Order: sequence, then C-alpha cells, then structure tokens
Amino acid sequence: MSPATTAAVRLTGATKTFGDALVLDGIDLEVAPGEFLCLLGASGCGKSTLLNLLAGLDRPSSGQVSSGAGRPALMFQDHALFPWLTAGRNVELALQLAGTADRAERRAEAARLLGLVRLGDAYGKRVHTLSGGMRQRVALARALAQGSDLLLMDEPFAALDALTRDVLHEVLIGVWERRRPSVVFVTHDIREAVRLGTRVVLLSSRPGRIAREWRVGIPHPRRAEDATLLGLAREISRDLREEVCRHARD
Amino acid sequence: MPVTDLSPVRGEDVPPDFSSGADVLDSPTAPAVPTLFRRSVKRATAPVLAAVFVLSVWQLAALSGLFPRLPSPVAVLDELAKLLRDGILLPALGQSLGRAVTGFAAAVLLGVPLGLLVYRYGAVRTVLTPVLAAFQSLPAAALVPLAVVAFGESERSVYSVVLLGAVPSLSMGVVGALDQVPVLLRRAGRAMGATGLRAYRHVLVPAALPGLIATLRQGWTFGWRALMTAELITSTPLPGVGRILDTGKQEDSFALVMASVALILAIGVLVEAMVFRPVEKRVLYHRGLLV
Ligand SMILES: Nc1ncnc2c1ncn2[C@@H]1O[C@H](COP(=O)(O)OP(=O)(O)O)[C@@H](O)[C@H]1O
Ligand SMILES: [Mg+2]
Repeated sequence: MSPATTAAVRLTGATKTFGDALVLDGIDLEVAPGEFLCLLGASGCGKSTLLNLLAGLDRPSSGQVSSGAGRPALMFQDHALFPWLTAGRNVELALQLAGTADRAERRAEAARLLGLVRLGDAYGKRVHTLSGGMRQRVALARALAQGSDLLLMDEPFAALDALTRDVLHEVLIGVWERRRPSVVFVTHDIREAVRLGTRVVLLSSRPGRIAREWRVGIPHPRRAEDATLLGLAREISRDLREEVCRHARD
Repeated sequence: MPVTDLSPVRGEDVPPDFSSGADVLDSPTAPAVPTLFRRSVKRATAPVLAAVFVLSVWQLAALSGLFPRLPSPVAVLDELAKLLRDGILLPALGQSLGRAVTGFAAAVLLGVPLGLLVYRYGAVRTVLTPVLAAFQSLPAAALVPLAVVAFGESERSVYSVVLLGAVPSLSMGVVGALDQVPVLLRRAGRAMGATGLRAYRHVLVPAALPGLIATLRQGWTFGWRALMTAELITSTPLPGVGRILDTGKQEDSFALVMASVALILAIGVLVEAMVFRPVEKRVLYHRGLLV
C-alpha cells in the first residue's frame, strides 16, 4: 500500500490565500490512522482554515488534500446543533444521513451515544433548554454518530468552564481509546493539547506554517500534574511565545 | 432556645450532580406552559379590547353629529343581517374565500418552486430578481384592467390578478428566508452528508421555516388584497364580497360600504389569528424564539 492511502488525511504543500492575504503557506501534514493530533496556534493563525481543508469544506489555493478515510465528522466551537430538533433527534439525523435506515435502531443508538457523553436523560430536550456544555456534548454525540474514522474538532471546548471541560476530555479520550479514530483537535490551550494529544503540532502565524511538533508518548489516563507533561507544556509555551513575539516585532 | 441547629437551612436540598460537569448550574430552566384555557383567555384579551375600543369610538363619532353621513355600528350590523336574510352574504363569502384559497394554493404551487429556482441558480436569480421585485411593487388595481383586456370579465382574469399579486411576493420571500440560513448550520449539514436535495429537506427548509411561514402569510395577504381589488373592479358571474362593496358604492349606501369593509377586515383578521399566528407561534416556541 502506498503511504498516501495509509494516512487518514494528508495535506501536501497546501497554501490558502484569502484575497491578498496568505493565510496558510506550504503545509505538509499527515494524520496517521488512530493518532490524536492536537493543532496548536495563536488566534487567527489559520487553524480553522486548515481544519476546513482537511474536512473538504474548503479547497486549498494550491497543493493537495488527500483523504483516506470516508467523510470526516466535524465539531465546531459553536455547537451548530439544529434548533428545530431535540437533542436526541439531532443525533438521530446524523445516524440517518450516515446510512442507518431503521428508525428504531437510530433511536436506540442515539440514546446510547447520549449516554456515552453522560446526557442519558436529555434525549427529548430542545437545544435551547440545554446549557452550553450540554449542547457541546450533544454535538460530540452527533459527531460520533457519523461513525467516521476521522474526527475533526475546532476548539470544541473553548467556551466551557474548566470542570465541564475536564469531564469532556475524559469522555473524548474514552471514546478515542475504544474506537481509535484519527482525531485532529484544534486548540489554543497548551495544557489541553498536551493532556489529549499523541502529537502536538504548532502552527506559526502570518503566514501559517508548521513551526514545530512534539510526540507525546505518555499513556492515558494522563495526570494533569505529571512532571513530563508539565515540562512539555513549558517547552511548548516558550515556543508559542516566541512565535507571538516574533510577530509583535514585525 | 437551641443555639445550634444543624439541620440544613433549605430542607432536603441535595448538592447538584457535578459528575457530568459544572454546567448543570447554568442550564436554562424551561418556563412553565400555561393551560390551554389561560392561554386562550390571554390571547383573546387584546383583540377584544381593540374591537371594543374601535366600536366605542365609532359609536361616539356617529352620535356626535360631526359626521352626519356616518352610520352607527348598529345600522351596519343591520345591513349585514339584511344581506344574510336576502341570501347574499353567505354565497358571496363562500365565493370570495373559495377564490382566495384556490388562488393562494395556486400561487404557492407556482411561487415556491420559482423561489427555489431563483435561490438555487445564480443566472435565474440575476434575471428574475429585478422582474419579481418590479411586479411586487405593482398595485393590483393596475393589473385588473390588464387582466380584463386579456381575459375579459371572467374568473380567469380574477385569478390572474391574484396570482400576479401573490406569486412575486412568495418567490422573493422564499429566497430571502433561505438566504438567511446561518452558514454554520449549512456547514454542519454538509459535514454530515446532507448535500443536494437532502440539504433542503434536512437543513435549509427546516432552518428557514420561520421565514417561510412569514412568507406564506405575506403571500396570503397580497393575494387577498388583489382578490378584493379584482372583485371590486371586474364583475364576475358569481359575485364575491368585493361585489357587495361595489354595490354599496353604486347605491351610495354608506352602511352597505361599511358593512362590506368590516367583512373584508374581519376575514383578514380571522385568517391571521386562526391560521398563521398559531402555526408561527408553534414553530418559534419549539426553537426557544418565543418568550
Ligand atoms: N472566508 C474568509 N475570508 C477572508 N479571510 C478569512 C476567511 N476565513 C479566515 N480568514 C482569515 O484567515 C486568518 C485565519 O483565520 P482562522 O483560520 O479562522 O484562524 P484561527 O482558527 O486560527 O483563529 C484570519 O486572519 C482570518 O481573518
Ligand atoms: Mg478558529
């Protein structure tokens, strides 16, 4: 098998310009099957743009995107749930569009997925009656419902309080360990990146290039106070600060 | 008196369950739904008050002698009763409502697909948007002579006026409602595989539903106005409410004119209150857009 087909998704020399602005410049990135890749960078450096390329929602100005997995599942910072459906029906719709034809089967699976994100009793609730964290959990259940081997997440927990975020990290890692999808997790939070990822990729700003990357070999469950993790977080934050300062001088 | 009371101040309060995150605290609480009776009473209050107010002002104006020709509400009611006795009122109502419903249905069948085409195809949009906008601004009164010249004094000319009145507004409304669907929801749908027709069925149409309902309501209003204009100006073999209005004018009967205006107004208000408003409220309520 050629390496192009073993990657879940791969960018080769991808650039993206909006008008005159060069946002992404020559990105080479390969997401291996089953890896948990955290994409880290300052605000506005092009993380979402990169994720949209991986998702096939947008096309690169030059370079290539090749996808080995099927249709990736996507999760945004904003929940993007459909307000005309209940929590359960939102999940069911994803199942339906992914090809589960049987209604009863969809119901059961949607209920199971909501249980997985610890929202077992929210099935019949309308989106607007849920809190921000609950909405984001329904969105996670909906993304999982697609059963995709590639999960693309754009700062999905950025707007949540620390306690809720902790719970969702556990849920996400639990799902990842069981099903082993490839995950690309965009964040600007270094501690979140080292807590979750098996690989952390740092994106520079203006233009967005891959500045550095780290492998994180520590097995899950990871303790937040783990010395190696803390050391790594310090190192990454030094690099990130350098990136930001370099631009402040420009 | 005991100094230390160790029982909890607020009874059996259990601490909230944090096992699934601290945000259990900021979940919005669902408002209590009032009973059907209470809701009906509440909903009926404002219109009844408005009617009482209008009737009082009208009665006072009639009694004041400032407007010697103005008939009192009672005289107008008499006129309506006479129309009913003479067997004119109900057939005319039936004719007008029948035409309105048929015309509206036809306008929806034409206008909604046309709107979808305009929305979907850039070239169609470029060509048709100015045309539809122009037709939308054209008063029905200007269309009637055109229709009569083309089709004679017939049902066909009445219907063509209704269609020309309602279709442009329906089409433009559909386009507007679909244009306003948030990009994020479109992307979410696309990422889940809702493309092509499935995007319309699962994302675009449901997301645009409040706007689409407003569009239907406006289409109905435009159609109804156009119909009254057409019935007033042309004479079809089977008279509608607009014909009664015209008769009142011919006979110079203020009471008859007032009676038919009241009738036309009442139909508009009733359709609004019994069809469009409840549907709209339901849709908005389910999305948390109604407080
Ligand atoms: N559709 C667009 N049109 C023009 N500029 C855009 C568009 N999308 C993003 N940008 C610009 O590209 C840069 C990167 O945006 P984004 O990928 O959203 O950053 P991040 O997600 O890292 O915060 C920003 O400067 C933003 O203004
Ligand atoms: Mg972003």
